Amino acid sequence: MSGALEQDTRDTALPPERLACELARVWRTPPGLLGFIGTVDHKRIAHRYIATAFVFLALGGVLALAMRLQLARPEARLIGPDRYNQIFTMHGATMMFLFAVPVMEAMAVYLVPLMVGTRNIAFPRLNAFSYWIYLAGGILLWAAFAIDMGPDVGWFAYVPLSGPNYGSGKRADIWAQMITFTELAALAVAVEIVVTVLKQRAPGMSLDRIPLFVWSMLVTAFAVIGALPAIMVASTSLILDRLVGTHFYNPSEGGDVLLWQHLFWFFGHPEVYIIFLPAVGMVSTIITTFARRPVFGYLALVLSAISTGVLAFGLWVHHMFATGLPRLGESFFTASSMAIAIPNGVQIFCWLATLALGRPVLRVPMLFVLAFFFTFIIGGMTGVMVASVPLDTQVHDTYFVVAHFHYVLIGGSVFPLIGAVYYWFPKITGRMMSEYVGRWVAGLLFAGFNLTFFPMHILGLIGMPRRVYTYPASLSWGGLNLFVSMSAVVLALGFLLFFVDALRSMRGGAVAGSDPWGAPTLEWATPSPPPSYNFAYIPVVNGLYPLWDDATGVNVATGLRVDRRELIVSSVTEARPEARESSPRNSVWPFWTAIATSVVLIWSIFSPWAVVWGSVPIGIALIGWFWPKATPEDLA
Amino acid sequence: MSSARHRFPYAIVTPLLLAACSGAQSAFTPGSPQSQALRSLFWLMTIVCGVIWLLVMLSLILAIWRRGPAALAGSPQERRATMVVGTCVMATVAVIAALTVVSYAATRRMAEAGAEEPLTIRVRASQWWWEVEYPDTIASHGFITANEIHVPVGRPVRVELEAADVIHSFWVPGIAGKLDTIPGRTNTLTFTARHIGVYRGQCAEFCGLQHAHMALLLVVQDPRGFARWEDVQRTQAVTPSDTEQMRGREVLVSRQCAACHTVRGTMASGRLGPDLTHIGGRAFLAAGLLPVTRGSLAAWVADPQTLKPGNNMPLVPLSPDDLRAVSAYLAALR
Repeated sequence: MSGALEQDTRDTALPPERLACELARVWRTPPGLLGFIGTVDHKRIAHRYIATAFVFLALGGVLALAMRLQLARPEARLIGPDRYNQIFTMHGATMMFLFAVPVMEAMAVYLVPLMVGTRNIAFPRLNAFSYWIYLAGGILLWAAFAIDMGPDVGWFAYVPLSGPNYGSGKRADIWAQMITFTELAALAVAVEIVVTVLKQRAPGMSLDRIPLFVWSMLVTAFAVIGALPAIMVASTSLILDRLVGTHFYNPSEGGDVLLWQHLFWFFGHPEVYIIFLPAVGMVSTIITTFARRPVFGYLALVLSAISTGVLAFGLWVHHMFATGLPRLGESFFTASSMAIAIPNGVQIFCWLATLALGRPVLRVPMLFVLAFFFTFIIGGMTGVMVASVPLDTQVHDTYFVVAHFHYVLIGGSVFPLIGAVYYWFPKITGRMMSEYVGRWVAGLLFAGFNLTFFPMHILGLIGMPRRVYTYPASLSWGGLNLFVSMSAVVLALGFLLFFVDALRSMRGGAVAGSDPWGAPTLEWATPSPPPSYNFAYIPVVNGLYPLWDDATGVNVATGLRVDRRELIVSSVTEARPEARESSPRNSVWPFWTAIATSVVLIWSIFSPWAVVWGSVPIGIALIGWFWPKATPEDLA
Repeated sequence: MSSARHRFPYAIVTPLLLAACSGAQSAFTPGSPQSQALRSLFWLMTIVCGVIWLLVMLSLILAIWRRGPAALAGSPQERRATMVVGTCVMATVAVIAALTVVSYAATRRMAEAGAEEPLTIRVRASQWWWEVEYPDTIASHGFITANEIHVPVGRPVRVELEAADVIHSFWVPGIAGKLDTIPGRTNTLTFTARHIGVYRGQCAEFCGLQHAHMALLLVVQDPRGFARWEDVQRTQAVTPSDTEQMRGREVLVSRQCAACHTVRGTMASGRLGPDLTHIGGRAFLAAGLLPVTRGSLAAWVADPQTLKPGNNMPLVPLSPDDLRAVSAYLAALR
């Protein structure tokens, strides 16, 4: 490296090697602790996000095994009711709020900027802030659990059970504040994704050339923005009821307990699609690559994703069919819940057509897609069944529903996610995961999952309700429960093997090269792992499959400055380049802001004055964050 | 399950209890037109969905099995695929619409009430037991019991559901789908039992520590048996027949028991816990936890917190003699 560059040096002025050098210098994350907490590189933050989310998956899985141990025989006394209620609440809350939503957003934080061909995510400091907030929320929840203060009111925390009169101690407050943390983090990421997708796409990537995973994430991000305020309103008003004696949910003072359920499920149902839609994008991506042909029905798939995202907001009442709502309202929600099967059907038919028209290669990611088809469609079918009000009154809150949503969430989301990890692992780490071990992982997860969860359908139909810490021997549920518990071990072994394979391959896997699968999208146009600046030159896109369309290489745009972090801002529909935009540099202030915010949120569980005094450090941190420093990025 | 576990006072019911045991809480053993309709709806949907699932799996296997070059965009194969996908989508819409209509029809069929005047029962759910009230226009004919509902076969029943504390859900799968009990509201469930028998039910909405132990029995009797049962329930508690029972009543009235429990005909008139006037005649105590025997009553009074941790009945320290006396008295309250 020689000398500092003059101001306003463009990439055209430098030879390729020198350019790479200079870009690496400008975009680098310095080593050491300050570098670690100050980085705004979307890839590093996504690493953390993904790793943390998988840690929470493992923790949530251990809780599931504890429950299965307790339920393996009738009238077992291994775990008492108080601990058991904490365990199933923690399992649900961990899996939904600390694993499923964050891991999907984390995959997007890593992949979306690469797939749309830009150098960093929009609002990178917000991105860093979001991770620390998420981590703090997770630590709060698990630290509380460790000292026997874990929430024990279910992941849905229905009032009045979670209200001031029945929810003892600070347990429900911790649940509600954990929600605030994770939703804050999720909202931040959603905003970043929307702006990245709409304004930072590579020149030429018009709306009809956006990769399907990116489309899915865009719809998901909008769903997050639409759904999460409802739960934040709900959890905040619950805390107010508990802390300062408001009566939002107290019927004897004019409040209403069903209001909670409406608010919760107005968020809770879209939440399912917030977890599922990214998986849809992953399935489309994997199928396209391994069928070796363009996806069949691109437009239909995009429209299905959008209509799923919209319909998701019109279904929430189907979680409340047993509350005794007026029949007309229930009928409407039956129809809308049934209707969401249609866009999902469209997607499945398009994928089948893609496979039928292509020449499918059954590598490990494809095996997970096949497992997805098998299980998710069963979940979809039982979904149609529970959408029917009369049938739902029989199976609601029983193990039938437990089976149903695990088929949808694990079959529909976790299988594609594990497939996606096998698929993108070489991009993220530069090394392949083992094809041999991967087949075992797929087999164990598939067999373990179905053996564990299919019998639960029957358990529900013969009367076993959810959330019971034990059951009488006289009801003959013991045999099936024992079978389920033993199968859960197989499922757990599958996950264990997956973790082992991932950790081992990180160091010892075969070197991948930039595009080991022969995939068509832009993330494969840069080395694996990608350099800090993602692309030395911003690619220019002429079609939906840039790496397949032009075998000679991807066209690039030039003229960006290399003496500061710079990327291209493009128009929303056509992705015509509009401006060179500076991208923020590393900063430790998001970290301090997250700490200050966490202190306020946790303190406010105990005293309303936290909001007053705690706002001071937040103010200071925000001033530090936004203080103009006359650095190049401020001059744009 | 042995018959000894169900010491039921009515000779006629005992064999039925045994018969009902295998599926006592199952959606597959319907005892009313309502739950019968639900079972038919379940099988219809399962078969339709199962067939669709099989067809999709079959096409998936065919799609993967197919060998040959990839079909390019605009090729005849792709045009044919468009037709096939379009047809499948149309078929999906048709099936979904049909299932929706079938579901509506089931709701409607289940709501059809008989012309007969229904029997009204008020059920008030508490943490973690059920108060059951049979109101009557003549106040002295109404009575309150707990965790056990008796209904005559063939007569429409109207259950008014209320909650004393948190949300619970009333669910007897053999008779009807579940309906929540919600603080501040009254929900109404109607059904007509068609088969004599005993149906077990359980709270289906998570309601705290002892959600797992909040069961109830629904006993469907012939009208004469039901009338006899009603007559017994209307009476006040029996007078103790020996000195031990006498002492038991004395202990019950003078110690903390009376603050929460009612025994009609004595000074005990608390409303926080279940009415004990005819506890000795019920099949189970503590909401399905234990069959009522003198021994289990003694065990329960001696240490309710070990048997049902977290429940609202405190341990009342009693001398062994007092404990014996109380259990003898309770067992005699038929």
